[in-house]
Amino acid sequence: MAKSCFLLLISLFAPGILFAADSISGNVVKQSVNSTAIIMFLVFVCATLGITYWAARRTRSRKDFYAAGGNITGFQNGLAIAGDYMSAASFLGISGLVFASGFDGLIYSIGFLVGWPIILFLLAERLRNLGKYTFADAVSYRLHPVRIRSLAACGTLVVVLLYLVAQMVGAGKLIQLLFGLEYHYAVVIVGVLMILYVTFGGMLATTWVQIIKAVLLLFGASFMALMVMEKMDFSFEMLFTRAINLHDKGLAIMSPGGLVSDPVSAISLGLALMFGTAGLPHILMRFFTVPNAKEARKSIFYATGFIGYFYILTFIIGFGAIVMLVNNPEYIDPEGGGIMGGNNMAAIHLAKAVGGEMFLGFISAVAFATILAVVSGLTLSGASAISHDLYASVIKHGKVHEGEEIKVSRIATICLGIAAIYLGIVFEQQNVAYMVGLAFAIAASVNFPILFLSMYWKKLTTKGAFIGGSLGLVTAVTCMILGPTIWVDILGNPEAIFPYKHPALFSMTAAFAGIYIFSVTDSRQEISDMETAFKDQYVRSQTGLGAEGSTQH
Amino acid sequence: MQQFYKKIYDDPKFHELEGKRGKFSWCLALAVLVIYYAFILIIAFRPEIFAIPLSDNSVITWGIPVGVFVIIISFLLTGIYVWRANNEFDQIGQDLIEHHVKKSGTE
Repeated sequence: MAKSCFLLLISLFAPGILFAADSISGNVVKQSVNSTAIIMFLVFVCATLGITYWAARRTRSRKDFYAAGGNITGFQNGLAIAGDYMSAASFLGISGLVFASGFDGLIYSIGFLVGWPIILFLLAERLRNLGKYTFADAVSYRLHPVRIRSLAACGTLVVVLLYLVAQMVGAGKLIQLLFGLEYHYAVVIVGVLMILYVTFGGMLATTWVQIIKAVLLLFGASFMALMVMEKMDFSFEMLFTRAINLHDKGLAIMSPGGLVSDPVSAISLGLALMFGTAGLPHILMRFFTVPNAKEARKSIFYATGFIGYFYILTFIIGFGAIVMLVNNPEYIDPEGGGIMGGNNMAAIHLAKAVGGEMFLGFISAVAFATILAVVSGLTLSGASAISHDLYASVIKHGKVHEGEEIKVSRIATICLGIAAIYLGIVFEQQNVAYMVGLAFAIAASVNFPILFLSMYWKKLTTKGAFIGGSLGLVTAVTCMILGPTIWVDILGNPEAIFPYKHPALFSMTAAFAGIYIFSVTDSRQEISDMETAFKDQYVRSQTGLGAEGSTQH
Repeated sequence: MQQFYKKIYDDPKFHELEGKRGKFSWCLALAVLVIYYAFILIIAFRPEIFAIPLSDNSVITWGIPVGVFVIIISFLLTGIYVWRANNEFDQIGQDLIEHHVKKSGTE
């Protein structure tokens, strides 16, 4: 009985928290206005707008706008990648998941981390050596640019929009909770600030917003974990023993609890997390901000370190929250019985418990800053897909003046910002947690296969990549709509047509199979042209000769 | 540029580089995949393994150090790759470029 209740609870919770609760779902109660948090947030906004002003004066060329001039160091880029990737929701969502079910939180952290070594070993240096500003540059090195860029831009925009909506809705709800601001105001503030950063400061401003946010978040999380451990005399044994004694589930929080139950879903989720990360356009774009492949590699090394460290902290924070919040009347919802604001608020309440009002304000401001950093990176990536891939390459066939292209990307940024605000408001009452899951599945089934095979398989043809990639996109979206998350939970049908929550296993298979079949059946001429072109590409991808920003001839 | 690509492609040293790096990066990628999927499949099929305590008088289960180990090993493997690629592989690549592009003197 207890076990089935638990499973039911988990199944109710899983879609919500899962994709790191990249959105805060459910109803939230507006808090009273929190002035410390607002002051700290205003300081952050002033500082970042100052940086944007500074960056705007240094953003003249296309390379400045898309790639911060290619002058970011590996260490800085590592921090910026961490800042881009550690969303507010992965901070609040994973610590909330640990708070609710203990060990299971760790499973998600690990899933979100293991994509990074794969990106480093298989993609990063080749991508850096072949591309210029977007991952589509690398894919279209030898494939036909018009068709392949249309597909890549499509993959980018779908991923960016889904991710962006989830972030906007999460932002609105979170800010309502933390600052006591009206939902609509919160969404508009986030949208306007992100438009300002990206339009004026381009990649340079975005990078520094992400770096500052990463440093603040890592500092805040370290402080919280340290305070928790200090109260436990730095003994993990004591932390876990106390948590087990206090938690409803008792000893069960120390072992896997059923979040990953059937093997097909487990493998499918694993694939989406691992290869989805390797296909996120706003992450791939970051590799062009460094001067060469050497720095690109270093940036992943640093990013993996920061992200891994951060996830270990969230685990301690989640357990710390169990020890310090459960049974503490100050944080218990008098009506519901759980903690106020739901499990995703565990880290926020813990901030107050260990550091008082001041630190609570600091963590709230950091959470807001975190959202800004993530949405800025997303918007810039979407804008570059529109201006660089669609406008300059597909519509103008590469014959476009640099100033004009930058102008288009600025207009695209503003349009995306307005779209994000609009969609954020439209989706206010919707459960948007599935969107991040879908974004990862699409990234893993469209962007990743075409990027990976364009670098590794010489017989890949444009037709194969185009049809296979489109198949991956259609399969991922269809399976998601017909699956339990949308078909049952949102549309209210009694039974799902597609039985699994995570489509990646099927959509990735469809993409790879489609690419293979339509490439090998392409005309002989086309295949042999591709094989010839592959040699040049291969040498460039391995040695960096002729790569963007390289100093040799 | 094309002529240089061709020259480098025909150089056996290039294929030595490509072979070495390919083997190294695939081995590491495979290591990460095996470790991660072993972890996930234990959770899916034999979760009780991760519920075993470290010792009789400990509440800490094997699942926790193993999970933390997966995070740390991922980081260490990236470090190993970066170290070897940034020193050994880049040097070979640089030598190839020096030899075929800079020595030939053509722009």
